[in-house]
Amino acid sequence: MAGYSGFRILAEGLRGNSGWTPAWRKAAPKPTYDVIVVGGGGHGLATAFYLASMHGITNVAVVERGLVGQGNTGRNTTIVRSNYLLPENNNFYEHSLKLWEGLEQSLNYNVMMSQRGVINLFHNDAQRNAALRRGNSMRLNGIDAEIVDRDGVKALCPIVDLDNGRYPVMGGLLQRRGGTARHDAVAWGFAHAADARGVDIIEHCEVTGMIVEGGAIQGVRTTRGEIRAPKVGLAVAGSTSTLTAMAGFDVPIETHLLQAFVSEGLKPLIDCVVTFGAGHFYVSQSDKGGLVFGGGLDGYPSYGQRGTLPTAEHVYAAGISMIPALGRLRGLRNWAGVMDMTPDGSPYICKTPVRGLYMTAGWCYGGFKATPGSGWCHAWTIAKDEPHRLNAAHTLDRFREGRMLDERGNGPFFWAQ
Amino acid sequence: MSQRFRLPSGGHVDRSQRLGFSFDGRRYEGHAGDTLASALLANGVRLVGRSFKYHRPRGIFSAGIEEPNALVELRDGARREPNTRATVAELFDGLSATSQNHRGSLGFDWMAVNGLLAPFIGAGFYYKTFMWPAAFWERVYEPMIRKAAGLGRASGLPDPDHYEAAHAHCDVLVVGAGAAGLAAARAAGAAGARVILAEQDFLLGGDLLNEAEHDAWRSETIAALEAMPEVTVMPRTMVFGAYDQGVLGAIERVADHLPEPPPHTPRQRYWTIRATAVVLATGAHERLIAFPGNDRPGVMLAGAARTYARRYGVRAGETAALFATHDAAYDAAFALAEAGTRIAAIIDPRTDSAAMQRAREAGLAVRAGSVVNGTVGGKALRGVEIGTVGSASRGDAVPADLLMISGGWNPAVHLASMSGAALRWDDALLAFVPEEREESAWQRSAGACRGVHGFGAAAADGAAAGRAAAVAAGFDAADIPLPDAPSADHRPYALWEVKGGGKAFVDIQDDVTADDIRLAHREGFSHIEHAKRYTTHAMGTDQGKVGGLVGAAVLAEARGEPVASVGLPRFRPYTAPIAWGAMAGGEVGRHFQPVRRTALHGVHDELGAVWMDAGIWKRPAYYPKAGDTDGWASVKREARAVRERVGVCDVSTLGKIVVEGPDAATFLDRVYANTFSTLAVGRARYGLMLREDGIVFDDGTTTRLGPDRFFVTTTTAQAGPVMQHLEFHLASAWPDLDVSLASVTDQWAAMSIAGPKARDVVAAVVHGLDVSSEAFPFMAVADCKVAGVPARLFRISFSGELAYEIATPAGYATHVWQAVMEAGVPYGIEPYGVEALGLLRIEKGHVAGSEINGQTTALDLGLGRMLKKKGEFIGRVLAQRPGLTDQSRPHLVGLRSVDPARQIRAGSHLLVDGQDCGWISSATQSVVDPGWIGLGLLRDGEARIGSRIIAANPLMGEEVPVTVTSPHGYDAENLRVRT
Amino acid sequence: MLRIPCPHCGARDEVEFTYRGDATVTRPAPDAGVDAFHDYLYLRRNPRGWQVEWWQHNGGCRAFLKVLRHTVTHEVRGVATATETLEVPEA
Repeated sequence: MAGYSGFRILAEGLRGNSGWTPAWRKAAPKPTYDVIVVGGGGHGLATAFYLASMHGITNVAVVERGLVGQGNTGRNTTIVRSNYLLPENNNFYEHSLKLWEGLEQSLNYNVMMSQRGVINLFHNDAQRNAALRRGNSMRLNGIDAEIVDRDGVKALCPIVDLDNGRYPVMGGLLQRRGGTARHDAVAWGFAHAADARGVDIIEHCEVTGMIVEGGAIQGVRTTRGEIRAPKVGLAVAGSTSTLTAMAGFDVPIETHLLQAFVSEGLKPLIDCVVTFGAGHFYVSQSDKGGLVFGGGLDGYPSYGQRGTLPTAEHVYAAGISMIPALGRLRGLRNWAGVMDMTPDGSPYICKTPVRGLYMTAGWCYGGFKATPGSGWCHAWTIAKDEPHRLNAAHTLDRFREGRMLDERGNGPFFWAQ
Repeated sequence: MSQRFRLPSGGHVDRSQRLGFSFDGRRYEGHAGDTLASALLANGVRLVGRSFKYHRPRGIFSAGIEEPNALVELRDGARREPNTRATVAELFDGLSATSQNHRGSLGFDWMAVNGLLAPFIGAGFYYKTFMWPAAFWERVYEPMIRKAAGLGRASGLPDPDHYEAAHAHCDVLVVGAGAAGLAAARAAGAAGARVILAEQDFLLGGDLLNEAEHDAWRSETIAALEAMPEVTVMPRTMVFGAYDQGVLGAIERVADHLPEPPPHTPRQRYWTIRATAVVLATGAHERLIAFPGNDRPGVMLAGAARTYARRYGVRAGETAALFATHDAAYDAAFALAEAGTRIAAIIDPRTDSAAMQRAREAGLAVRAGSVVNGTVGGKALRGVEIGTVGSASRGDAVPADLLMISGGWNPAVHLASMSGAALRWDDALLAFVPEEREESAWQRSAGACRGVHGFGAAAADGAAAGRAAAVAAGFDAADIPLPDAPSADHRPYALWEVKGGGKAFVDIQDDVTADDIRLAHREGFSHIEHAKRYTTHAMGTDQGKVGGLVGAAVLAEARGEPVASVGLPRFRPYTAPIAWGAMAGGEVGRHFQPVRRTALHGVHDELGAVWMDAGIWKRPAYYPKAGDTDGWASVKREARAVRERVGVCDVSTLGKIVVEGPDAATFLDRVYANTFSTLAVGRARYGLMLREDGIVFDDGTTTRLGPDRFFVTTTTAQAGPVMQHLEFHLASAWPDLDVSLASVTDQWAAMSIAGPKARDVVAAVVHGLDVSSEAFPFMAVADCKVAGVPARLFRISFSGELAYEIATPAGYATHVWQAVMEAGVPYGIEPYGVEALGLLRIEKGHVAGSEINGQTTALDLGLGRMLKKKGEFIGRVLAQRPGLTDQSRPHLVGLRSVDPARQIRAGSHLLVDGQDCGWISSATQSVVDPGWIGLGLLRDGEARIGSRIIAANPLMGEEVPVTVTSPHGYDAENLRVRT
Repeated sequence: MLRIPCPHCGARDEVEFTYRGDATVTRPAPDAGVDAFHDYLYLRRNPRGWQVEWWQHNGGCRAFLKVLRHTVTHEVRGVATATETLEVPEA
């Protein structure tokens, strides 16, 4: 399969675009693999890609219940950033951000990573102090962060109402290297690149059981037959609890729903990613022109992938309170994703109680930006049977040990993260 | 050229009302009852916009909410509304609209050069290029793409109008007021149900507005509905989404048909409607046929051309052709012919049909077995190329400036699908219709939205649905008179695409062609969800209403499968785009969240307080006085007053909970980490609460008012969460405990009187109580009278000074405050605000929300001694986990800037030998020992007391040497509070 | 939008209620040890289907209620007071 380039586009264009071939093969399952990755979303595909590209493990199957990239990868609000407080988290996300920065070249696929800047507004002293603590933690870990005053906010996003009637803006914590990426393209790019390295991507193949013998994983039962492998990695947001139950254990996860929204297409209006500090709202503008926005969880468990009105009302109201110029624009579409929430807001990339079974899970609502980093660390953990130092703290056992990674002090409630 | 295409009579426009409007700066006239689209067509305006990607000229394509092309910027200035569909924008006098998405003029858009590049910029091209060099994406490629993309321009100015949210309950909600909806509402209303009939259009009737012969039934039905007191008819109200359990959302356009909303009137109103039963009568959307040049201005859906003629009295062209695949579409040709338009040809892939016969009888030229395989013209249609079915060769061209097309009708199943109905492929209609399901007995579809077309059939279907809905809502069925009218045949011939040279669009807004769909399939994006995302098919503002299924059919053919197995992408809100402001309602800006004020708010205002937000509370930060050079001067002055004389502070925001019952003491022992059962009546004790995970949750003083009665105080921020925490554990863990809880935060005002002279002030206002230290020692509590009104006196201190808290029923707050202030005059009393309060507690080393931040343990905060050794309490077990007892965890310390003039800030990190070992949680200026001080959490904190470390704030370029101190630097023996 | 029939107040919108976790886990006895408290606080079945949950009617009677709710369809099938039990249907 030839690579993608401007020259190839020209050449194909001149012969009627008839020479393009599938971006990845539609593989059928073989009886055995070295590694099975369950889940064909961004995290699973990235795991397979890094298993192949970093660890030379290419006899890998990615089994996917439906289609590549149709879970949260295909329904998130595309934000990429590493502006976390705890070193265990900000170092991990920074590693991920660095992978993002070279992803187009690694994958030979334009995922439209756009470092437009991410700014979190603050409105009072307590929020400013928390922003300083977080930003300083980033800086001390070598991660870019800036504190900007009201003028700085105005310069980055002129339509923010600094004097909004209820909670005037005091300033913001800015990460210039943060931004957005084209979410679907991330899944397709990883699929394309993993496939090119020999990984079998098997769509429409649902796992119906885990084969565990003597406390060790031996493979999975699927709707397309039994597939065996000595190592299995789970990357199945929204189905983690279902699959770990098949393997015989419960995990600290509760699945909630988070809504997202897109407006009609507009000429450039908002150049960066802005989050409101006085309510649940954030917004960015896609390359196609739609404002992509969202807020907080609806607040109760759901696998329904659809939200309800009260949360949507809050998101729209917070949006207007931050940017009164949004009033006459129109919401076009609203959807919801399933969030595997953890009790401290941080994820799991780890070994499990079953030998040979690994997982990357519990990404709450922050999984998209983690995609390359999660795959990279998950692949490392699978290949070496031990975590990398970047994910050493992200275990299932941390609650047993009292070593929570609670970024905001909201634990131990799944719905409060 | 005034309304050259307007018919002299007919339709639902009021020709006596002439409304002036402008489009792209040119002035035109229309009539009341027009939309912007119908008025533009009446004036012969054809070119109205440019397409998304190739910037091709585009005209008005439909007559409804499904419009993909005729999107304009409506109104000017701060009221500019980009992407407004001209086909639903009601005309008003003075309306001004501008075309969008072009560089240069609408007529000459130099971005149209993109069309020439089409072979290279087809579906998904951007995923394969723009990758080199990496830095060019943000700097070069992306800005170029972003500028070219998008549709209209936002004003960028605050919206001057306001909106409101409203709620409605009904037995039966009927969505859509066409024949089916009108009949459904009448049937449900006749049964006695409370009915809401919501119609997005400004006129009721739907397709009946195109059928003058049925107008009598329409009028009679509307009159009957208006006569029913339990029926509410809501025109201009679009139901945008169906949510769980019979809840639907709707937007009522209250004032969009006016130049601006009248005073005290919202622009739009957002309705949450709760219905026991729902009838969906949302009609159907006509679909396009993909053929080369199917986007040229002058190509229009047949039903739309018919609507313009019949409803608006406008001929959409001089010479028209009809390209249709079913009989029902022929009425467009008849309507146009009646209107005086010359019908050049009727092109139909079928060999024969009843409608063809009738057309021939009427003298119209019918080309059976034919298709349109090309269009001629530039910015307007000049001719239509006609070929034969199955033949690739180009046929002859007939001149026409209007081509009416119809590939069939797609039932508007949006709401049905959103509320859970499965969709079923109907082989006759070649469309998806809702599956009737038992479990959704509360909801049914009626009329064209489930494939039942035509006036008589739809009305009967609607009446049946309305009757059934009323029964589902608990009413007896009622019958209504029904019309008897034949229905035209809506079953189309399966023709989705005519292949040929040139772009055949399936998504006419996003410029997705049939070739793009095939390219997606070749590249493996063969599932409809993948194809949609890869090509952006059906992702425009019309969400695929006119071409979505056509794209699916093209994909089906490429896959060699039936359309039914390809399916459609998932339906999600909204049925059509909705205004942001409407969804936000009235709780925006100043009203985004309620303001909570203490009973002493007015007092603080009179004192000139500078306000600060504490959650939703407003609290005085400080009270500036003449002579204060800045805020810090005021804060320090207030704090000095407390340290040296006496101050008074409003602490009413603290949470207050009465815990009462025989098991109250047992309960408090379980929820607090320390013991309360041993507390004597009339005494208070500082209490520490943990979360179940062993992290500190909250602190505060709790008083025993009687053997079975306690008064718990919480911090301001945690008042709600603590109450919920107590209620939860009482209900879930210890339902056997006989305890009642009552929040009394708002019932009691409270003020703290602190300072060496506090007792003198208190003694002057308190009656019936000996306040000497012997009779009323530290931590004593008693009921008393203050300035003649009931009060409760607490001897507790947050500042580290001798202090009292007076609590009084909120209604007496001002009276008591003033008495205290007057009594304090001889002692130089000053009110102090939250900033001074913070200064004093940092000096004293008391923790607050910045330290009790949800991440710290009692050990971290130096409060380990408070954890009782015996007995159960929440958090006891999990606090013992190794990670929470780890000696290396950061520990509370005091900090002092080595150079008193150098500021230290909360949020700075504490570096020891360059290593990040903690952070500053609170910082202030000391008044006891001038200089900057703070509290922080520092690894090995206790061991480092006396050492010098760095407070690093790289965000602000600061590195300040600080000395680590005990947090309890001020009056470490705690003598002052006991004097 | 959820509508929850409160046994004290009648059917009310979800905005009046606050979700407060899985109601099938029970707080262990005080001496049960770290593992038991760990499982109580952190481990969840997290079913795709029927679940009994704690909801507080904080905008009404403030009672903590047990609510039988489906996590996919959001249907509310049963509501009970804190001391009553609700059976989880098989499917």
